[in-house]
Amino acid sequence: MERLVKYESDDLNLKATELRLGLPGSDEPEKLSSRSNKRASPEISQESKSNSSVSYGGNDEQDSAPPAKAQVVGWPPIRSYRKNTLQAKKNESDGAGMYVKVSMDGAPYLRKIDLKVYKCEYSEREGYNGSEYAPTYEDKDGDWMLVGDVPWNMFINSCKRLRIMKGSEAIGLGCA
Amino acid sequence: MNYFPDEVIEHVFGFITSHKERNAVSLVCKSWYKIERMSRQRVFIGNCYAISPEGVIARFPELKSLTLKGKPHFADFNLVPHDWGGILYPWIEAFAKSRVGLEELRLKRMVVSDESLELLSKSFVNFKALVLVSCEGFSTDGLAAVAANCRFLRELDLQENEVEDHRGHWISRFPESCTSLVSLNLACLKGEINLSALERLVARSPNLKSLRLSRAVPLDALQKILMRAPQLVDLGTGSFVHDPASDAYNKLKATILKCKSIKSLSGFLEVAPRCLSAIHPICHNLTSLNLSYAPGIHGNDLIKLIQHCRKLERLWILDCIGDKGLGIVASTCKELQELRVFPSDPYGVGNAAVTEEGLVAISAGCPKLHSLLYFCQQMTNAALITVAKNCSNFTRFRLCILDPIRPDPVTMQPLDEGFGAIVQSCKRLRRLSLSGLLTDRVFLYIGMYAEQLEMLSIAFAGDSDKGMLYVLNGCKKLRKLEIRDSPFGDTALLMDVGKYETMRSLWMSSCEVTLGGCKTLAKNRPMLNVEIINEDDQIDFSSDDRQKVGKMYLYRTLVGPRKDAPEFVWTL
Repeated sequence: MERLVKYESDDLNLKATELRLGLPGSDEPEKLSSRSNKRASPEISQESKSNSSVSYGGNDEQDSAPPAKAQVVGWPPIRSYRKNTLQAKKNESDGAGMYVKVSMDGAPYLRKIDLKVYKCEYSEREGYNGSEYAPTYEDKDGDWMLVGDVPWNMFINSCKRLRIMKGSEAIGLGCA
Repeated sequence: MNYFPDEVIEHVFGFITSHKERNAVSLVCKSWYKIERMSRQRVFIGNCYAISPEGVIARFPELKSLTLKGKPHFADFNLVPHDWGGILYPWIEAFAKSRVGLEELRLKRMVVSDESLELLSKSFVNFKALVLVSCEGFSTDGLAAVAANCRFLRELDLQENEVEDHRGHWISRFPESCTSLVSLNLACLKGEINLSALERLVARSPNLKSLRLSRAVPLDALQKILMRAPQLVDLGTGSFVHDPASDAYNKLKATILKCKSIKSLSGFLEVAPRCLSAIHPICHNLTSLNLSYAPGIHGNDLIKLIQHCRKLERLWILDCIGDKGLGIVASTCKELQELRVFPSDPYGVGNAAVTEEGLVAISAGCPKLHSLLYFCQQMTNAALITVAKNCSNFTRFRLCILDPIRPDPVTMQPLDEGFGAIVQSCKRLRRLSLSGLLTDRVFLYIGMYAEQLEMLSIAFAGDSDKGMLYVLNGCKKLRKLEIRDSPFGDTALLMDVGKYETMRSLWMSSCEVTLGGCKTLAKNRPMLNVEIINEDDQIDFSSDDRQKVGKMYLYRTLVGPRKDAPEFVWTL
């Protein structure tokens, strides 16, 4: 029993690599094609050009740049809450690095470091204890804050740039 | 008929708690009906449109606990438009008006407004428990009203809801006098939380047994909270991220050792794997572990964790555990009863890390397994047949092959035989979800063998009306049938229209049923609502009856067409 699949474009010659139950060279049955033609599904994501409600992405397509696999609405059957939560988490961790400028009082050149490399560490701040310098950062509101006060994730999301201040200037920002 | 005074019968009925049994008891005779209805305190309504709130109050005046379900199941997967219905407010309004002594409200897939929460909080003096699952329409303002006004609140359980977070200090609205909390589940909240208010709330709740935090609660706050609640039985962590060399982390390690009662663990949406050793000491007591929102725990960290959990009865994980990892589960978790494996990449087809191998290993190693939800890359008939032999206890079997029409990759055959083996072997099967390439044959098997089946989910399956007919004719206990993208049409739909009054509901989308077929079904059937969801104005009343219907949802009801149906929903 074959299920119809309609392909988005002919250039990839998907038909040649299609997995079917029929003998090679046999035609696809028409009955399901008429069904899917009538149902010009508005639900398919913009990427798909096909009329079918399913785009069969077989395993053998992995070597070619996959055509935008049509996302069938509601498949796989996962609650939207779960999908959204995991997708948001993925976007966060997939970020291409979070580079911020670092300036140090007295040094002529600035540096850039990737905050994402330091996944959960505030330990770099410990290194400043006892020295005359204190690490500070400018947050989204434009205020200068002492590094280490807020949870790491909050810090990552609000830090625009770092400045390693001379201790004397940093006193006003709170306990070092 | 009665040899005993009513009070004695009522006392006996007090021992009958299941809804099904109470319903059965009420059918015996008029006298029993009356006694039962006057003493029923817990009412379950599987479809909020099957009856009106006034009808419920009239029949069960002593009602204290109500469970209500709204939208059809496929609404979870975006198949039902947002404003389809399932609105709570009229229920609260009616109950408040009639001075029902409501104490517990459990809702699933309903639209809950802040107004309804506020009205609820002010109308029921003894209100104790609010459980919201997959609901929407409310914000933290509504929660603030519940916190402020429900003086004897025991349970506030928010599961997977879409909550608009106004970041107000709603937690601070719990008065100092509120000391009755037993269960607090905030995991689905996305905004900031007043941590010190939360800590104080926990500190004054000596009966708190279940606490699930949101990601806004960092690890050091968790430590402070656990210090106040070493008696917890169920814990959901917030952000589990810290420098393992820090004081805060070491404090947490010590505090966790004091929490000897924790049997259920979840959370870890944000996690630093190096911090996981803090929880190893409590793993050996765990009976329930939910890591399905913890994509940051994988590989060896995940395996190490699981190897500590020998008493697990319930495990929810992501498919990044892989077949090998499932093998470890099979050899470690001999008490396992329920397993759910979710895809870590919800949009990816062909990226799932588990196959039939993992499932076979589990079935061989976990003899007590009876509930399964399994998202996988592929499945074979041979594997399903083996699983059926190993585990004949399944009551729930839900298999989702990520590519919905994939045949057995070894034989290229449909999966009819495999699922056939499952239904034949598992005589107590109540819920079944199918996927993969399937012909009418699988439905023949289901109709023949699945005698206890109550809920069946079908997608992209079958060849002809015969398939659906096998199911409708064979499954005598069928209550919910949901079908999408399958070639079932009017013939099947109309063969036995009386059947639908024995069921809760039928959903059919992207099938072959026509407008005419639906109209015929709806004719002369006052006990059924046949709703067409007409998105994008595909159909209008002048449409040809032969036109196919995109989405049809029908359900039995005592109250006729609903009055709150939006424009795009037609009740025929």
